Amino acid sequence: MIPVDLYLFLSLALFIIGVIGVLTRRNVIVILMSIELILNAVNINLIAFSRMWSSVDGQVFAIFIITDAAAEAVVGLGIILALFRNRETVLADEMDMLKW
Amino acid sequence: MLLNSILFDFLAGLAVVSAILMVTRRNVVHSAVFLIGTLVATAGIFLQLQAEFLFVVQIILYVGGIMVLFVFVIMLVNLDVTLRFPQFNRQKFVAGALAIALGGQVFAAYWIGHGALHFKGSSSPMPAKNTEAVGQALFQHYMLPFEIASILLLVAMIGAVVMAKRRV
Repeated sequence: MIPVDLYLFLSLALFIIGVIGVLTRRNVIVILMSIELILNAVNINLIAFSRMWSSVDGQVFAIFIITDAAAEAVVGLGIILALFRNRETVLADEMDMLKW
Repeated sequence: MLLNSILFDFLAGLAVVSAILMVTRRNVVHSAVFLIGTLVATAGIFLQLQAEFLFVVQIILYVGGIMVLFVFVIMLVNLDVTLRFPQFNRQKFVAGALAIALGGQVFAAYWIGHGALHFKGSSSPMPAKNTEAVGQALFQHYMLPFEIASILLLVAMIGAVVMAKRRV
């Protein structure tokens, strides 16, 4: 059987790649996709531990995280559409209306 | 046993390579396609961990639902003009170094505490009927969180409709 550690390393790698994407990209859509990647990394952890304890509770938590990811994606994309309609841009550093 | 390990290596490599490509590609549509690659590879890992229900949910909901939504918005919003601008912001080196430092920190914490953690190999089998077990847990023990999640989805739905409307 594959040790749980390997799943944790995979999850850590995906999480760090997602964080790099959130912090360095300018396109808001790619930032949202990186957040999806981060949530996915968390799911890998939960399911690996659920397998380790032979219990189904971790999978239920993963279902809730997937629900959250769906809600977040829908609201985020709605915000992007509204912003694009007002500002004609999808670059994060040009959305500076709150900056004085 | 060996086949299992090869399968894990393949899926993990696919997920990581595809995630790196997703973050670095210039074209947003390519990013979306590579994110789908990562999500499908993760679904394979779920299947390997005997989470069959989540495997199906991942494919149907993530790849079939959320990513289609992303591609829709990319098509609605995509300006070819933005492809000519630099795709990474000015803080990219600092931010990348800090993110890698965060990863190193988590790894160091694992490395130091690794003797105390007792990650036992999963020897005992999972419940035989995965979907049934998940359903039982969801509707008996996790009933209240389930209802709260449905309220969250309702709020998100109303919010998306309101925000996508032309004039509120």
